[in-house]
Order: sequence, then C-alpha cells, then structure tokens
Amino acid sequence: MGVEGIGARVVRKEDKRFITGKGRYVDDIKLLGMTHAHFIRSPHAHAKVKKIDSSAALKMPGVVAVLTGQELVDDKVGNLICGWAITSKDGSPMKMGAWPAMAPETVRFVGQAVAVVIADSKNLARDAAEAVLVDYEELPAVADVQTAIKSGAPQLHPEAPGNQVYDWVIGDEGATDAAFAKAANVVKLDVTNNRLAPNAMEPRAAIADYDAAEEHFTLYTTSQNPHVARLVLSAFYNIAPEHKLRVIAPDVGGGFGSKIFIYPEEMVALWASKKVGRPVKWTGDRTEAFLTDAHGRDHVTHAEMAFDANNKITGLKVKTYANFGAYMSLFSSSVPTYLYATLLSGQYNIPAIHAEVVGVYTNTTPVDAYRGAGRPEASYLIERLMETAARQLKVDPAQLRRTNFITQFPHQTPVIMAYDTGDFNASLDAAMKAIDYAGFAARKAQAKSQGKLRGIGVSCYIEACGIAPSKAVGSLGAGVGLWESAEVRVNPVGTIEILTGSHSHGQGHETTFCQLVAERLGIPISQVSIVHGDTDKVQFGMGTYGSRSAAVGLTAILKAMEKMESKAKKIAAHALEASEADIVIENGEFKVTGTDKAIALPMVALAAYTAHNLPDGMEPGLKESAFYDPTNFTFPAGAYICELEVDPGTGKTSFVNFVAADDFGRLINPMIVEGQVHGGLAQGIGQALLEHAIYDANGQPVTASFMDYSMPRADDLPSFNLSHTTTLCPGNPLGIKGCGEAGAIGASAAVINAITDAIGNNNLEMPATPDRVWRTIHAA
Amino acid sequence: MYQTTYHRASSVDEAASLFAKGSEAKFLAGGQTLLPVMKQRLASPSDVIDLGKIKELIGVEASGDMLTVKAATPHYDVATSEAAKKTIPALAYLASLIGDPAVRYRGTIGGSIANNDPAADYPAALLALGATVKTSKRSIAAEDFFQGLFTTALEDGEIITAVSFPVPAKAGYAKMRHPASRFALTAVFVAQTKSGEIRVAATGASQSGVMRIPAIEAALKANWSPSALDNVSIPASGLLADIHGTAEYRANLVKVMAQRAVTAAG
Repeated sequence: MGVEGIGARVVRKEDKRFITGKGRYVDDIKLLGMTHAHFIRSPHAHAKVKKIDSSAALKMPGVVAVLTGQELVDDKVGNLICGWAITSKDGSPMKMGAWPAMAPETVRFVGQAVAVVIADSKNLARDAAEAVLVDYEELPAVADVQTAIKSGAPQLHPEAPGNQVYDWVIGDEGATDAAFAKAANVVKLDVTNNRLAPNAMEPRAAIADYDAAEEHFTLYTTSQNPHVARLVLSAFYNIAPEHKLRVIAPDVGGGFGSKIFIYPEEMVALWASKKVGRPVKWTGDRTEAFLTDAHGRDHVTHAEMAFDANNKITGLKVKTYANFGAYMSLFSSSVPTYLYATLLSGQYNIPAIHAEVVGVYTNTTPVDAYRGAGRPEASYLIERLMETAARQLKVDPAQLRRTNFITQFPHQTPVIMAYDTGDFNASLDAAMKAIDYAGFAARKAQAKSQGKLRGIGVSCYIEACGIAPSKAVGSLGAGVGLWESAEVRVNPVGTIEILTGSHSHGQGHETTFCQLVAERLGIPISQVSIVHGDTDKVQFGMGTYGSRSAAVGLTAILKAMEKMESKAKKIAAHALEASEADIVIENGEFKVTGTDKAIALPMVALAAYTAHNLPDGMEPGLKESAFYDPTNFTFPAGAYICELEVDPGTGKTSFVNFVAADDFGRLINPMIVEGQVHGGLAQGIGQALLEHAIYDANGQPVTASFMDYSMPRADDLPSFNLSHTTTLCPGNPLGIKGCGEAGAIGASAAVINAITDAIGNNNLEMPATPDRVWRTIHAA
Repeated sequence: MYQTTYHRASSVDEAASLFAKGSEAKFLAGGQTLLPVMKQRLASPSDVIDLGKIKELIGVEASGDMLTVKAATPHYDVATSEAAKKTIPALAYLASLIGDPAVRYRGTIGGSIANNDPAADYPAALLALGATVKTSKRSIAAEDFFQGLFTTALEDGEIITAVSFPVPAKAGYAKMRHPASRFALTAVFVAQTKSGEIRVAATGASQSGVMRIPAIEAALKANWSPSALDNVSIPASGLLADIHGTAEYRANLVKVMAQRAVTAAG
C-alpha cells in the first residue's frame, strides 16, 4: 500500500487549516459593498399573514430594502420543489402543497420566513426587523402525526386532504398475510423514532453577488452538493440560468444531510442581490438552525414479525406514519419509502414483507434526510423487533439472529434490494468476542450485588449506500441521476489536480482521494490537490451524501486515472522506444518492465504539454475525465454490542463497553474510517439517550436552543472498541462499501436493547432519558 | 445585541458610582447569563459595568472557622483552591460541576447568586452552609438573600463583595446534571455544622427556587446516614416539571441526591 497509499493511516491534509483557524467558511467571506439579510420569521405554527407594514423600518439608518413573499410571487420566483415523486397505493401521485421561499399568505411552522430586511450591517438589519409590523391571524395547528391524521384535525394544505401526502406500499401483502396465518409465533412492537435536529457545527449561510453587467450570479453557500444547488436554482426557481450562476461551497462545517437541500434563504439572497444591486449575506444563528434546518426521523410505527416453530422468520408487516413537517423538503419523500422500507429485511432471510408508509403534514419544521436517512429507522425497527422476539421466544438474542442470517449471496430481498455480499456471522462473532458476550451473565450478577442494573444489547445493521444506480433510482421516481464525475489533470510539471463532484464537509476527501493517486502512481500525496465545491472549476457532479463519496466518487476518479495512465503509458513507451504493454508505473516512474529503462512522471507530463515528440496522431495534454454510474447500491453491515449499567435511583445510563464490528469493504484510510464511525456512533447514541426535537401541542418548538436540546458531549459517550471484518464489495473495482452513516444507523438499537435488558421492561422509547428510564423501572 | 456602553470598574466604589450614573445600568461579572441574554436582545442595558477586574473582589481565603470567597472569583478558582479543598471540599467539588470548562473559567460566585437561577449550584451551598452574603452596603444571611426565582434581597445598585461560609463539621454535594444545560436537574447540599445543626438544601427542584428540606434534615438529625432517608417521602407538589424531568422524578432525585450527598460527606 505504500506509506500514503490505500490502507495507510495518513494524517488528514486539511486539518492544518482547520485546527489553526485558517479554514475559509462562507461567513469568513466579505465582498465589497456587501449588505446583510435578516429574516422576519413567524412566531406562530399556523397563521394567515394579514399585513406586513415595513414603512417604519424603511426609514431606519442603513436599511436598503424590506422584501416580502408577495414580491417573490410578483417576480415569478418558483416554489421550493421535492425531487422524488412517490406514488400512493391507489396509483395517485403524492399530494403536495406549495412552499414559497417567503410566505405571502399563510405560515405553517414557527420560523417560516415572511419577509427579509436588507441593511448595511447585520445589527442594523436586526434593528429594522423589529420595526416591521406583521399582522397575523392565528389558525389552529397540529404537531404530531397521530393528531394530524384524525378527522377534524387542523388542515395544512388544501392539496393534501387529511394532511396526507401519500399512502405508499411495498412488498407482497397476500404472501405476508399467508405467512402470518401459518405462524407459530407472532411478535408485535410499537416504536417511535424520535425527531432530531441535525446541528452541524457551522450554521447555514449564503452570500449572493449579482453582476449586472454580466447578468451573472455568484452564490457562496453551505452546500453538500453545489452542482445540484445550481441545477435546482436554475431549472425550477427562475432566478438565474445555469450558465449565469456560479455556486461555491467552500469549507463547510458539517452537514449530516441537512446541507443537501436548497433552502429559502439561498433563493432569497440571490433574488435580493439583483433587486438591491449589492451582494447580500445571510448567516443563520443557532436558533434559526433549530427552526429551519430540515429535521430528521420522526416516525411512529407498528410492526409484527411472524416466526415458524424453529424460530425462523416467515413474515414481516410494518405500518409507519412519517411526519414530514409543514412542507415537502427536497428529498423528503424518498426517506421513509425507498431509503427505509427497502431495508426492512435487515440481515435476515425474510420470505415475505409488506410495509405501508403514510406521509403526513404537520405544523413543524420540514423533515428530510439526516445521517442515515431512512436506514436508521429501518435498522432500529428490525433490531428492536429481533430483541423483543428473543425475549418473547426465550432464546438468546444473538442466536436468534444467527438462526435467521442471510448466508448466501447475492440475496434478493422481497423489498427491492439485492444484497451483493456480506458475512454477518463474522461481524457478530467479532463483536461478541470483543465484548466477552459469554462472560456477561457473571458481570451482570456482580453489578447487581453493587446495586446496578446491567444490560447488554445487540444490533446487527445493514444499510444501502454508494447511492446510487441512476437507472434504478429513476425507475423509483428520483428526479436526478446519482452517478459521480471526476477529472484528473496532470500539470506540465507532473503535479496532479483531481476535480471531483463529491464535496468534503468534514469527511477528509482531500486526504483519502489523494491516497488513491499515491497508490497508483507511487507519488507523495503532497503532489496531489483535490479541487471541489465550485461549479465554475469542477464539471457537473452530484455531491456528498448517502456514504457515496468513496464508493461512487472515488471510483469515478479511478476511471479517470485509468484513462490518464493509459495515455501516459503511450507517451512513455514512445519516449523509451518500448512497447506500451511493457510499461509499468512504480514510484512515480514509467518503467519498461524487466529493464532499468524509465522516465519520471514529470517528464511524461512535460512531453504531453510540449508536444514536441508525441506518438503520431496523439492530442497534446494529459487530462482525462470520467463519469461513473454504479450498478448497484453497496451494503455496509456490521454488529454493534453495547453493555451498560442503569442506576436504579436516578435512571441514568452509564456505558461499560461499546463494540462495533463493521464490514465496509476496502478501507482507504482506517484512521478516517474510525473517525467516521466514532461520529456516527455519537449521533446514534445521542438519538438513543439524549436528542429530541420537541413541539408542544400548538406547534411551538420546546427545544430550540442548546439549553434544552441535549447534544451528546464527549463525557456522555464511552471509549469505542472498533474492529472490521471485510468482504469486498463486488460492485465497484475498489471493493468499497462506505462508512459515513453506519454508526448512526446501528447504534440506537444496541443502546435501547441494552437498557431494556437491564431494567427488565421492553416498553421504552427514545430518547431514554434518566427520567423516562426511572419511570419505566417504577412502572414495572 | 443592542448598543450599550461598557465600563471597566477598578474599585467597588467606582462601580457603584458608574451604576448610579447609568439610566439602566447592569453589573457584569463573568457574563455567563447577562451576555447571552443581551445577544438574544432580551436585555438592553444602557451601561454594562464590569466588576470582573476589580482586584478586591477576587480570591478565596480561609480564616479560623470561616471560608470567604470573594464575589468575582471564577468557579475554576474555587474548584482548585487549596483553602476551599481543605476547609469545605464539598464546595470545591460543587464548583467543579458547574457548567463546562468555559463557564467555570468565566462565571463567578457573585454573578451566580445575584442571578439566583432556580437550577444554579451555588445557592444550595449557601443555604445549607448558612453562609453570609457581604455586599457594598451590608451583610445578608443566605436564608434572607434568596427570595424566589431570579429574585434576591439585593437593592438597586448594591454590589455583592464576598460570600462567607462557616466551615462545617461535614458537608456533601450530589448533583444530577441537566443533560442539555448542565445546570442542576436536581442537586442537594447537606451540611452538619460544628454546633451539630443539620442543614439540607436542594436546587433545581422547586418552583420557588433553592429550598431547605426539613423532612430530610429531621431524618438526618436522628441518624446521619443515607439509610435514614429510605422512608422519607418528598411530595412532588410545588416541584418543577419539564421535558427533562417530571415533578415526581425530581421529588425522587431530592431524596436520592440527599442520600448520595450524605455518603460523600462521610
């Protein structure tokens, strides 16, 4: 692998600028003549906007403009779109209400913008915003799905009667009913998957700069996918044509999905920049992040699992209500359908599955993809069901899983996904060994003698990553293809620039992508630069989400590298008067195999650009590009086991051990992979124990600051015990499966399974706060 | 934040006279409450008078049977003070649990008790230890100082200069941290004075702020041991209830934290 090649624990190149405060984030950028935007947001969950009086504000110092939703309508700026069409079981398309970037008539969640003040400074904009008088007529509101689906509930959108967006099904209902009719045992479970606020460290921000002479827009924004942002802004929002809009996503401080979407603030900033003739900057504060960043999860589910007399699963029935909030965010419709129900087979042989998902509007912040996106919900449901089944059937939970593991690959599930490879027993073996599963009973007894309730919980997750084969997702309703692009530019002096459509917002692409080049050419990673995040520099690409950057983005780079290497070998062969077939690349040199004849990469590059002596008919230059479209999803999987203690006096959980045995296929940089797993586990454990975005019955958010919303801190978490078992992914040449979301997908069920084991009561929802656990203990 | 005028006072007298000149002046100590509130535009003082650099307001001193913590002493200094650890280790321990390191380096005892947040740590120690609050005008017993949520006996312009704690025979503190804010979800300070009086105070629990717990004091008077509280029942009425803890849960915590504080006190 070489010291900097594939598999090496190379220190991250980008960290020097991050840890010395030299990162360049959107808010660090200042343009000449820049104005500042402050949004006026609804304090009501549901209200009519009767009148907006900005006359006093317009007279205040430094105020440039006050713009309203009606002006957006007047200028024919498009409504926000949802990019994945879902069809209900009755064949009808999903039912969506319009989402204007600022509400001209009706607000439907607390924090929805109705107007924006543009002023010379942020503080002046805030001052003026307080002088804008908005007259609201409050309407009844509804925040939770169970209430929203009842007859007589407040209605959000006339287009969606009963607040229902869709009622979607997957699987074979008849076969599933037949399996249940013959079942020896049926296990039933109700679970709530709690709503989460994503809380990237960097809040969202945008700077829009309109050049009137060129009729050209530049948008600096906190995006995980700047090209997708440009496409959507151009094609649907009628703000700027694609060739007149440059989108730059510079350093971005975390996304977790929440920065995939194109939000009202970017749209308004672009539009306003043209209206006021000056650059417009908006930087959200933490409260705005809680109120307007798309939330995650929020499912209510009833599930039943049928078993035969040998404890083999014969069927699974699932009914889920998914809370979408007040509007359909960009990819929201796909999350509780094709990213959720297609993973309901878990790691198990389940002959028949039927799932129904009802998408529901409520007067809350829109919900969309958040680290894992649908797959954590599926994994949590299946792994809670397996644990519940083991307790009901009185078998060891690990053994029940082994009894039902898929062991032959490829494996076609009844819910679309075809798993390519895996070794679920190997992961479970590794995790059980790491935690000394066999010795647990003795440790539990020892803890009991000290007044502590000890529990152990298993979670065997599988996810679909490497998103995604374009033809497949297109057939399921996606509005985009999910390939990735790359360009390899060898400079005349032999240094290399890799242009990628992936975007790094913490993942370490600037290091791992260089490692592939180092592996193939034998040159140090210091000779390689990764260029990303600027639509004027980089060819069209799809961005970073769904653990896709290595499996899809890096494969695109590999394809471009192969083309470049092929041309370089021809040039080398010509220079060395050898056969192209005899050229090998080693340590930065092109060598004639079996001889001492060689030419260094810089000389090959120089030859390509001087073009003095190229093979006949060859074009000058050394630059190649590739588009790579995967043939299947990838299927990272693994086994997590959590051992913990509950203090019966306070209900507080303390970790004893947490082991994660993951199969991510080939690892490019194990250190970065471990960092990804640590972060994912922190979010999964955060969901299980701490995090919950709560609304009261009137749709008022209760947890809109860190004083109330419990983020996991370092001392809430154990020191993780990680290991890897590897089956190479057959779907891409590097054998990569992806690692970005696994921790968040697998951890929650392990924690709740362990707590419910400790307290001897299975009736516990997330987050398992001390109060909740204590009340559950005392309800038993 | 709205416009305001910042003053750095070099003495208590100067601070008091600056305050008198401002139309709506506020004293600033560590700024752990006032500054976030100002940044949210929920407070708009005309003048902010910084007490944090006044030398006579900083330090921890033990003298005879008294430990004195001057008002602008940050929590970190109390947590690491040899004098505090030697005389009232439970107080140093309490200071080590406040907020997070950033809060402990900036936040002060004077600021904490002047604000009298119902879930702040220090008020429990003052009440249980029978401390005296020294101000620019007078001395106030802790009992009289705390007057309900965010309310104290301080008059307009009165500056806390120090808190004097009688050194107890035994003391202990146990805290269930609020998972988000790291204030006390409920915390209990127990003390046995050198004259044998038992004083127990809980913070984070009551709708009326820090409070003594007579039922626990009586049980511990009879038998200074955690098991003495096994049959004590704390009523949930009048206790705080929110998304992080029901009133019943907090009632349980008052007892459990008291038991653990007794264990810690020895």
